[in-house]
Amino acid sequence: MSQQGVDIEKAKTYTGDGFVAPEYTNTTVTEKISNIVLRSHTPLGWFLAVAVLLPVVGMLGISITWLVLIGTGIWGLNVPVGWGFAIINFVWWIGIGHAGTLISAILHLMRQDWRNSINRFAEAMTIFAVMCAGMFPLLHVGRPWLAYWLLPLPNTMSLWPQWRSPLVWDVFAVSTYFTVSLIFWYMGMIPDLGTLRDRAKHPITARIFGVLSMGWRGASSHWARYEKAYLILAGLSTPLVLSVHSIVSLDFAVSLIPGWHTTVFPPYFVAGAIYAGFAMVLTLTIPVRKWFKLEGLITTRHLENMGKVTLATGFIVVYGYAMEMFISWYSASPYEGFMMWNRMSGQYAPVYWALIFCNAVSIQILWWKRARRSPVVLFIVSLIVGVGMWLERFVIVVTSLANDYMPSSWDYYAGTIWDWSLYIGTIGFFLFMMCLFIRFLPMIPMSEMKMVIPKHRKKDA
Amino acid sequence: MNHGPAQPELRGLIAEFENEAAIVEATQKTVDAGYHHIETYTPYPLDELLDIQHLHKNKVALVILIGGLTGCAVGFFMQYFASVIHYPINVGGRPFNSWPAFIPVMFECTVLFASFAALVGMMVMNKLPRPNHPLFDIERFRYATQDRFFLCIEAEDPYFEKDATRQFLEEMNPHEVNEVEA
Repeated sequence: MSQQGVDIEKAKTYTGDGFVAPEYTNTTVTEKISNIVLRSHTPLGWFLAVAVLLPVVGMLGISITWLVLIGTGIWGLNVPVGWGFAIINFVWWIGIGHAGTLISAILHLMRQDWRNSINRFAEAMTIFAVMCAGMFPLLHVGRPWLAYWLLPLPNTMSLWPQWRSPLVWDVFAVSTYFTVSLIFWYMGMIPDLGTLRDRAKHPITARIFGVLSMGWRGASSHWARYEKAYLILAGLSTPLVLSVHSIVSLDFAVSLIPGWHTTVFPPYFVAGAIYAGFAMVLTLTIPVRKWFKLEGLITTRHLENMGKVTLATGFIVVYGYAMEMFISWYSASPYEGFMMWNRMSGQYAPVYWALIFCNAVSIQILWWKRARRSPVVLFIVSLIVGVGMWLERFVIVVTSLANDYMPSSWDYYAGTIWDWSLYIGTIGFFLFMMCLFIRFLPMIPMSEMKMVIPKHRKKDA
Repeated sequence: MNHGPAQPELRGLIAEFENEAAIVEATQKTVDAGYHHIETYTPYPLDELLDIQHLHKNKVALVILIGGLTGCAVGFFMQYFASVIHYPINVGGRPFNSWPAFIPVMFECTVLFASFAALVGMMVMNKLPRPNHPLFDIERFRYATQDRFFLCIEAEDPYFEKDATRQFLEEMNPHEVNEVEA
């Protein structure tokens, strides 16, 4: 075995305190990451994962087909709960996507170099999560084949979108967010695609990566423009991500429903989004780093930092809950007061208390350094938080609608089997896309890792 | 008239270096020696090289600004046209041009156009995509995207002289010096 091979083997079991294993150099980082994509033998585990996920994707296809054939009546929606799983899942998925942008853009602006080993992965997560999110409003319109009516297209009836409605802002926000995330992700990948082109053994592989990399040569004059463009894209994505979830929250806040009509919603939603998203990054990175033996690149220190961010954003979310409670009392509005009381003791009380447990109680373990450094604990907490954030959206959407002003119109809402199959189907689709991503594209940015290795060395020394 | 096999035109000489320090030193020496038409190729951006080659100023930011402003204007006039010119609806006497409500869409359009400008502007100014390039004919150049550093002195440089320049590069102890043919 060559010296480099020995180094990579050693780095696989790195348990030290740095951001990168000392065995990783420009050469070994390139070899380690590009070999995951370029090796000729796909590991059996990957096929197993795909074999498990494909039927779930099929279930998504069936759920969508049945919905289009029959209509939204197959869901549990009815008066008064007109916004059920579709909106819950939309907000949940969009929120998960936001952590990807936070990691890649905001941490980049703050010069948090440790983000360089997880940003590609998180950006991919953003893109697939936004794909899943986008499905729900499109399907929820009832006649998805007319969804293009949401866009300002000239038509014979001279009808235009209602520009003063957050629902129309949402169309622009989410489609812009998806496009910009895709541009950011792709642009960040161009140098690495060049590396794969240059390392590919098979001529067809080399040709595919050649086209994708646009003939990247790594010239310094190119790097100068590239870096500038990348930095400004990060600067553009940062307010964008805040605007997207703020606008999503305005869908609720602009209405008059008790529990929705509140000014805390935009920051509260953004914090919740980043919280859920960081949890999802942990949920995905912990197994992937284990399976692909990336412990030397995504180190314990990375996990610890992510644990800290999860704890911090979790507390912002808890502050949001506290404010909701406080304002429902302080406003002296009987409807607001009832809304809060109903959440805590009404027909959905178990869901509310489960959400408090998941989002406020479970994360307290992250105060302990040992917990933050334990992949198992972090993984379990991240799953609990993922569930908790879904429950939070459920509570916000359903409790307020099911019991609003008029007791005569109150009802009980629950998702039907089709609600669940569509939701689980999107999770399968998301994981399936992640599988494709980690097999066919470089999941850790090689060029960005090489930029920070010397800096990390100095800090670690 | 030349009847022999066509002589490939020489585009420049390219030297390969093994680490950051070597390429930075070599580039500095090359610039000091008076060469202007040079280019370095590295697996990741090196600030020192951008300093030496005076590459810090470029027009990317300007292009993105223009893109963003265009997006902002498009966003506003799209809404203005629909609400004021094409189909004004009087809702309780509220103004047709309710610009504060137009801000979110204007903002999204600004970001969208600016981002496209960033990608397209960066590509066009870098003269990419260019899937093929004479440099790719050099066997070792594939390491430029991996772990090696390259310095190219182009033939169009007034100081360029095939043999003298080659010797100049050889003196800096590179791994290899190659000819780039057009």
